[in-house]
Amino acid sequence: MVNAALVAALVGVPLWAHVAGEPFTITLATRAVIFALAAVGLNLALGLGGLVSLGHAVFFGIGGYAMGILAFHAQNYLPMFPETLAIEGTKSMPVIWLVAVIASALAALVIGLLSLRTAGVYFIMITLAFGQMFYYFTISWSAYGGEDGLSIWVRNGFPGLNTLDPIQFYGLCFTLLCGALWLSHRIARSPFGLMLNAARQVPHRVETVGLDGQRAKLVVFVISGAITGLAGALFADLNRFVSPTMFSWHMSGEIMIFVILGGVARLFGPVAGAVLFVAMEHVLGDLSDYWHIYLGALLLGIVLFARGGVVGLLAGRAKSHD
Amino acid sequence: MSAILIVEQVLNGLQFGVMLFLMAAGLTLIFGVMGLINLAHGSLYMVGAFVAATVAGLTGSFLLALAAAMAAAAMAGAVIEMTVIRRLYHTDHLDQVLATFALILIFSEGTRAIFGSFPLYLDAPALLSGPVTLPLGIEYPRYRLALIAAGLLVALGLWLLIAKTRIGIQIRAGKNDREMIAALGVDIRTLYTFVFALGAALAGLAGALVGAIQSVQVGMGEPVLILAFVVIVIGGIGSIKGAFVGALIVGLTDTLGGIFLPEFFKLFMEPASATQIGASLSSMAIYLLMAAVLIWRPTGLYGVRA
Amino acid sequence: MTEPVLDIRGLTKSFGALVVSDGIDLSLNPGEIHAVIGPNGAGKTTLIAQICGALAPDAGTIRLKGQDVTALPTRARARMGLARTFQISALAMEDTVLQNALLGALGAAGNPWRLFRPVLSDRALRARAEAALDRVGLLEKAAMRTADLSHGERRQLEVAVALTLEPAAFVMDEPMAGLGAEGGQKMTALLDTLRHEAPILLVEHDMDAVFALADRISVLVYGKVIASGPPDAIRADAAVRDAYLGEEA
Repeated sequence: MVNAALVAALVGVPLWAHVAGEPFTITLATRAVIFALAAVGLNLALGLGGLVSLGHAVFFGIGGYAMGILAFHAQNYLPMFPETLAIEGTKSMPVIWLVAVIASALAALVIGLLSLRTAGVYFIMITLAFGQMFYYFTISWSAYGGEDGLSIWVRNGFPGLNTLDPIQFYGLCFTLLCGALWLSHRIARSPFGLMLNAARQVPHRVETVGLDGQRAKLVVFVISGAITGLAGALFADLNRFVSPTMFSWHMSGEIMIFVILGGVARLFGPVAGAVLFVAMEHVLGDLSDYWHIYLGALLLGIVLFARGGVVGLLAGRAKSHD
Repeated sequence: MSAILIVEQVLNGLQFGVMLFLMAAGLTLIFGVMGLINLAHGSLYMVGAFVAATVAGLTGSFLLALAAAMAAAAMAGAVIEMTVIRRLYHTDHLDQVLATFALILIFSEGTRAIFGSFPLYLDAPALLSGPVTLPLGIEYPRYRLALIAAGLLVALGLWLLIAKTRIGIQIRAGKNDREMIAALGVDIRTLYTFVFALGAALAGLAGALVGAIQSVQVGMGEPVLILAFVVIVIGGIGSIKGAFVGALIVGLTDTLGGIFLPEFFKLFMEPASATQIGASLSSMAIYLLMAAVLIWRPTGLYGVRA
Repeated sequence: MTEPVLDIRGLTKSFGALVVSDGIDLSLNPGEIHAVIGPNGAGKTTLIAQICGALAPDAGTIRLKGQDVTALPTRARARMGLARTFQISALAMEDTVLQNALLGALGAAGNPWRLFRPVLSDRALRARAEAALDRVGLLEKAAMRTADLSHGERRQLEVAVALTLEPAAFVMDEPMAGLGAEGGQKMTALLDTLRHEAPILLVEHDMDAVFALADRISVLVYGKVIASGPPDAIRADAAVRDAYLGEEA
């Protein structure tokens, strides 16, 4: 029920806004959908794998910079690696997405290999620290704008669509979100999902039936990073701007908040959380400059009193894996 | 590159390191005794700095400002321990991360609402301003030297507290066996509040001390917090000794890396790109160091092996 | 004589000055239940940990089906047919009974790296899991959440997960622990039938069960096997009475 209402709203509201001529509402919805995609990525690692990553902004940022760098070279007619490879930049979304996914998956592989040597609170702190590493690196990387970031003049294109039209760009983002949700749903029910689910709860059991739980966690971390990276590329295209703040640990914290507001390990939890977050940001942000206080209070309330998140509250506690 | 520059940078690194230690000591103590990961520790650092700047502005006394900063941070720590943190001891790390992240949002925005977005300034006391001449004719800011001394003094005091006093015995016992010390009649709730407030006071002190060499502003605690995490990951979570060694390593690596890495790359590259690559690498140096320590010892230098 | 399925020679392990395994020799022959008993602190848990690969011995060899597995990780031993049950049930409590059994079947016979096909649509895997549940009498509870099972049922599920591996040998860590008289009898009857599928190395405190089931008993005291033989011989052994049974009587 909650899920159906959510999907209906995500289809209906932007269409209404399109007809009513309210492009700002469509932009808000696009923002929510992109955040949801990032959170669906994190939810795979967090909900299914039990990996409390406080560094998912790394992948969000890598996706963003994949778009920023490729489009920057294309719009300035500067090839990359001029002496050796001379690769042209690109303004094509599918190519940018592919690069974003591959780059963030590779980063997730390296960070995962290192971080999964540890567990628990070490894992949290290490993923957080890797996030800071990328943050400071981009600040000092003056070739691509350093602290000021990179602006892209025109939104990138998608074959057959006019991405400058808000509703068409929204449609693209929404389709990708649906794809990621379908993927999560399949993974959760697959043999791999079964193994991962058990590895989260009873790691030693998984080993004693001959399965490699650690490798399962690494694989899900890579998939998770890739999805969040794709969201980063879309987010950059929405704003036509990338900056080191995409790597900041506040971003990591916010992606985690989307998941928690909605409810961990629930398929639609991250979507509900992201929609709620953007709605609060918009409504409370208009009322008060200090709306983060209310966000903090709500988050505290959910952690201390309503462990299942918003979807949990609405759908009841009975079904933990809708 | 002169010897004077090297000595200066080593002193800067030490100064940075001992301040990191004040933060890391509280974090590692709180994790060691209560098993809690506290992201809001940086907010207590910020509280210390703001209170110090305000009190110094009102009274003109730096010492009074320091005392007020520690007291305010300890009180803020005790209050959040009794209202929020206490409920988190038996929950998983995810809940602890989220709840303390929520506290950061509340603290940061609350401070912004009270003090505004503009930075405050806190002046070092007249007695400690200006340079001091060290042997070899090295001139070094008197205040920074005082910071090193203050940090080492606090480290010594903390060691005495934990190694020699009754409450230190209780803290050490609390790390190993909660039921046991509860059975011995120690009031564990009060002990936990005390430990949390102690950690908070150290963070507040660090904030106030550093506030005199940096601007006092919202969000100032977070970069320090994350560096303090790197420190305790390197040192081993729960170990005060590890926090001390880790803090000095991180302080020195960060400071010296920023100076020497560009110089190093200039040996075999053109200066412009050497500066660029050196700066980028030095901003990552401590994280690379952390990764190296983890490959070598997944539970840190002085951590308990699983 | 047939070769033993599990053959342990000179197993030695110490933590500092504390010797937990002191030159242990043990074997497990086809079709038998070999019980290992001993007072608390005798080193039974660390013995199991070494046999299953969770703990590396300082010296000695462990052979499974004639192959030296001393240096192999837990996973590899499991794949060679060593099935362990845990003293404190190690089950995924949030999952259903069937999912727990499927996990074992997946480890033994499935491809765990399939990301898209629903695990429930794999008929062979499902049949294997359901057969194991049927053996322990849990088939009609397959859809229940594991957390809602009774303690005794969880112990049965532990055995079912081991069964899905279709193992060459069982290593069971106190399967009777916490069971009442009735549950204990049920478990005893179950283990009695299992020995024909694969021999059982049974570490157990419940002496009624041990003497009812075991073909051979080894007595472990302070990391040493002080006696080994058929139940009647052990009952009569003076050293055993002195070191172990005497204390309990």
